[in-house]
Parts: sequence; structure tokens; C-alpha cells
Amino acid sequence: MKKEEIYERLNEVFRDVFDDESIVVNETTTSADIEDWDSLEHINLIVAVENEFGIKFNMGEVTTMKNVGEMVEIINNRIS
Amino acid sequence: MKELQFPFDVDYIIKHKKQIKKELLTNEGLIPKRIAILGGSTTSEIKNMLEIFLLNYGIAPTFYESEYNKYYEDAMFGNGELDVFKPDIIYIHTTNRNITDYPSILENEKTIQQMLDSEYQKYTNMWNKLFSKFKAIIIQNNFEYPFYRLLGNKDVSDAHGRINFLNRLNLKFYEYANSHDNFFINDINYLSSCYGLDKWSNQFYWHMYKYALEVPAIPYLSFNIANIIKSIYGKNKKAFVLDLDNTLWGGVVGDDGVDNLAIGLEVPSGQVYSEIQAYIKEHKKLGIILNINSKNEYENAIAGLNHPDSLLKPEDFIIIKANWKPKNANMNDIAKELNLGTDSFVFVDDNPAERHIVESTFDNMGIPQIDAPENYIRIIDHNGYFEMTNFSKEDLNKNELYKDNAKRSQMMATFENYEDYLKSLKMKAEISSFKPIYLERISQLSNKSNQFNLTTKRYSLADIQKVANSENYIKLYGKLEDIFGDNGLISVVIGHIKGNELHIDLWIMSCRVLKRNMEFAMMDELVAKAKEENIKKIYGYYYPTLKNKMVKNFYETQEFKLESEDEKGNKFYSLNVDNYKNKNKVIEVER
Repeated sequence: MKKEEIYERLNEVFRDVFDDESIVVNETTTSADIEDWDSLEHINLIVAVENEFGIKFNMGEVTTMKNVGEMVEIINNRIS
Repeated sequence: MKELQFPFDVDYIIKHKKQIKKELLTNEGLIPKRIAILGGSTTSEIKNMLEIFLLNYGIAPTFYESEYNKYYEDAMFGNGELDVFKPDIIYIHTTNRNITDYPSILENEKTIQQMLDSEYQKYTNMWNKLFSKFKAIIIQNNFEYPFYRLLGNKDVSDAHGRINFLNRLNLKFYEYANSHDNFFINDINYLSSCYGLDKWSNQFYWHMYKYALEVPAIPYLSFNIANIIKSIYGKNKKAFVLDLDNTLWGGVVGDDGVDNLAIGLEVPSGQVYSEIQAYIKEHKKLGIILNINSKNEYENAIAGLNHPDSLLKPEDFIIIKANWKPKNANMNDIAKELNLGTDSFVFVDDNPAERHIVESTFDNMGIPQIDAPENYIRIIDHNGYFEMTNFSKEDLNKNELYKDNAKRSQMMATFENYEDYLKSLKMKAEISSFKPIYLERISQLSNKSNQFNLTTKRYSLADIQKVANSENYIKLYGKLEDIFGDNGLISVVIGHIKGNELHIDLWIMSCRVLKRNMEFAMMDELVAKAKEENIKKIYGYYYPTLKNKMVKNFYETQEFKLESEDEKGNKFYSLNVDNYKNKNKVIEVER
């Protein structure tokens, strides 16, 4: 899977979870950029991303992930 | 909403909960309720999911949520915000993570008993305190099993084992539940075992977010809580409407013939249907009404039910529609004949096309998405349609009541004058002020009456107890029996006294006894009671809803004077007590 495709699918997940069709994520996107992205909503995002790509993040990954770019790196490593 | 029936697509629900919520908020007639969640671990997502499941049941919740793990402090020492919030329902979400002290292998039985008592004491103190402070309903989790067993298999049988300890504590919770009204157990022990304990207690979610169960399990938890709540507020289903071919037996009776149906204990394909029939039949004892809606020749349907191995017999059903009409048309007829709202039914049919036509005709009917016969029971059961919170004797007799009604209609056909018919029923009513033994039934009736209901005001058991104990109310219940049987407690009137005025807050009657002049007997008694209290004027109110059009002109028929009506159709009436003349001539009333 190409990274563009991962971003594309990820974008859909973000739009669903935050119910906002205007969201466009890129590698530098962080929780500060999306209004509803707080620690509680973060959990739902993680669950939704896991389901979308059929993967499981481990605790270490979730705690160190800093932005969407790092999330895509992990997804990319996991599915390739 | 189809997506919110068991089995769920959890991924879909978690991802689309905001959209689902928006959509459900557009429904009309939502009942507002205040729910306090006192959590021993993170509860945020439990609250969000509970909200959408309750909205789906027509209940619009507002929430108070305790700070993380502050359930005990909030309950025992109070909290300004919670006090002002005045919850209708308090949900205590504690889990085995909240056990402070487990026995170790070194302790003796006496010490373990003390530990058990002190753990239990902590909870009873909390419940008693909450009950004394709020007139609310408490929903309390029992304990799920821990995800590891220090003693291996001995953990369950030995007093030093944690499983043993939790089981004993759970039993004490159940004793409390059995001896206290307004207290309900949310059985997470069962839920976690259905879900799979290892998955349920996924440690990732505990260490990352302090959730005591994994986030994908939360819809199951919240659905279970919503089922308890909807049941308390009278939103249980009341009746089954069942298909026959490949639903209650294997095969098609019209094509295969009665002798070739799969039913009975000889072969596996017959066994599975025998178990389904036994499961359905058990519901009769709980007061759930059974009906048939099948595309069949009537004779074939009856012949199938008379199969020697069919546990369900024709007489187990109140209405049998076996014909070639569309199933939604039959459904409509069944609802009319039983005088029940279409949202009271659970429609069970193996054919997705038939389910679809019924689903697209009626909102909020329970329509389990059954697939293979070996899954029917699980799918029907886990939907919690008939959650038994307060079941009264009335419920247990319901099948008899509906049978009696069928006999009354037959007799009516032989009279020319309606009043003669009513007299021939030799009706006897008991109308009097609330009595303790009836409070549960009164609250139940206030929550499930939609049609003959002037104000659609709902009263929990705690609310009714308050009214019963206050002298500022005139509160009457009415019971009615006749030559065919006892209808039980079927009408309630509550009015509050203001000087020499009485304002009627609630006037409801069960549709079972429509057109029996019971409402006139009730009014006669209400006026008599009002006179005793020196009341000069009685005020009545009608608030229209989608379901109560039948009583739009109720106060006109009672000869009240219309004082005002607003653009929404809310009407306000008055009656001079001194001008009132008794209206009931057909019911003998006992006070």
C-alpha cells in the first residue's frame, strides 16, 4: 500500500470519528489542529484506525506517537 | 435504529457515534432523564454510548459524571454539582479494579469474612446514603472475574481465591437487590463472559486510559445499562409476532406437509426448533403475548401447530394471522386488535425480505436480524426486549386478560344497545387513594400508557412514593373486574391541591378497558374526594403527543369548560365542583 493511500484512508477515519468533512490530515497534523481531538476522543480514534487497517498498536507506540506522520509510519511498517 | 440492535457492528458504532446521535436527536417525543455516572474507572465512552442507546429508546439523557474514580467520595461526602443535578438514575460503575483488599493465602477464614463484610459495608453505606439523599434509582455493577487466577482452579472454590471472594461479594449484592426497591444489578459478570473475559479485560486499555474494559466492549456494556433503564421507564416490548415456516419449525408446511416438518427431538434439525419453541413458550409465563404472522393457508398453519412435537399449540397464541396478505398489513391488524402500539412488538421472521417490509413500515419495532436457527435464541435474547425490572402480577396474567377481552367482543356482538351490554358485564370497580402494594404497578402504568394519557407525565417508583406520602395530592387508582375476569389496576389520577383548587397532573387509563365508562366512575370519585377537601374548582390539562389523540376531547366529554388553547394544541379546562353531576351508571364502585 502506498503512503498516499494510507493518508487517504486515514483521512476518512478522521472525518468519521470527528464528524467533520472538512478535515484534511498530513504528516504534521497533531491533536492541536483538530478541535475535538482530546485525550478521550483519542482512544476512539486509535480503535477506529486499528479497525480500518486491521492492526493493533501497542502501548509503547500509542504513548510516543507525536503526529499523524508517525502514525502513518507505524501503519506502513505493520502492513508492508 | 437497526445499527443499534444486537449483534452490533462495534467498529461502525464507535466511528459514527456523533452522526448516529445527531440523527436520533431529531426524533420526536423524547423523555428527558438525568443520569449520574459514578465511576471507579474511566467512564467517558460509556457515557457517550449510553447516550445513543437511550436516545434510540426514546429517552434523552443529561449526564453528571464523577471525576475519575471519585464514585465513593461523591456518594458519601456529597458534591455540590451532583446535589444540584438531582439525578433520576445513579449508575455506579465499579469493577474488580475497585476492590481495595483481597484475601492473601495467609489469612484465616475469620479474617476473610471480615474483609468481605467490610468491602460490602462500603457499598451498602454508599447506596443507603444515596437513597436517603436522592429519590433516585440506583444501578450497580456486580463484579466481573479477574483475568488471572493465582490459585489456578482452586481460585473459585477456596476462600483465599479472588474468584471465590468476588462470587461471595456478588451474592451479597444480590441479597441487597432482592430486598430493596429501585435498586438494580448491571450484570457485567455475565456480559464479560459472553464477550470473552480475556478480551474484555484487555490490559492495554487499563494502563493507557484507565478503562476497566476494552473500548470495543463498551457498546455491549452501555446497551445493557440502557436496557435496564428503558425497562424501568416502561419501554419494554410486550408481544411476540412470529413467522412459522423456518422460524418455529424447519420446512414449509404448505409444501412439505405436516409430517415432514423438522420439529421434535429425533433429529438435530428438529431439536433446534424444539428449543426455539420452548424458549418462546417460556415468555408466556412472563406475560409476553404470542401471535402469528405467517404467509400460509390458515388450515395449514393450524395443522403445523398441532404437530404432536410442536410445543406451541394454537391456544398459546392470542392472534393468528395466516393468510397471503403483506406482513406489514397483518402487523397493523394485530396491533389494532390488541390495542397495542406497533413499538410494543418483536417481529421474528427468518426471511430478510419480510423483515425489511415490516421494518420500513414501522419505527421502533423490535426486529432481530436472525440468521441460522442455531443462533435465533441468542440473537433474540441478547437484545433485552423484555428486561424484567419491575414485574408485577398483572404482567403474569396478561395472556389471560387478552383472552378475556376476546370473549367480551364476542358477547358485545349479541347486544343491540351498548349500555345494556355494559350492564350485562356486571362491572365492579375499586377506586381509592394509593395503597403501598399498588405503587409499583402505578408507576409502571404511568410509564407505559401513551394513548389514554392526558399529560404524558412519567413517574418513577420513587416519584410515586413521594406523591403517595404527601397530603398535597389527591391520588386515585382504579381497578375493574367483570364477569369475564379481573382487569387489575387500570387507571390512575393524580392532582395537586392549591388552596381550594385542584390541578390534574396525570390522568391515565389502560386501553384494555376503553369504552367501559371507567373514566366516568373515576371522575365521580375524584369530584367526591375534591369535595371532602373543600375544593371549589378542578383544572384539567391536555398536552398533545403523537400518540394521545384519542383523549383530545376527554375533558369535553367530562363537561369541563375550555379555558384556553395555544397554537400547539395544549388545552386548559376548568370545572365548578358544585355543578358536577355523577355520570357513571354501569359500574358498581367500592371505595
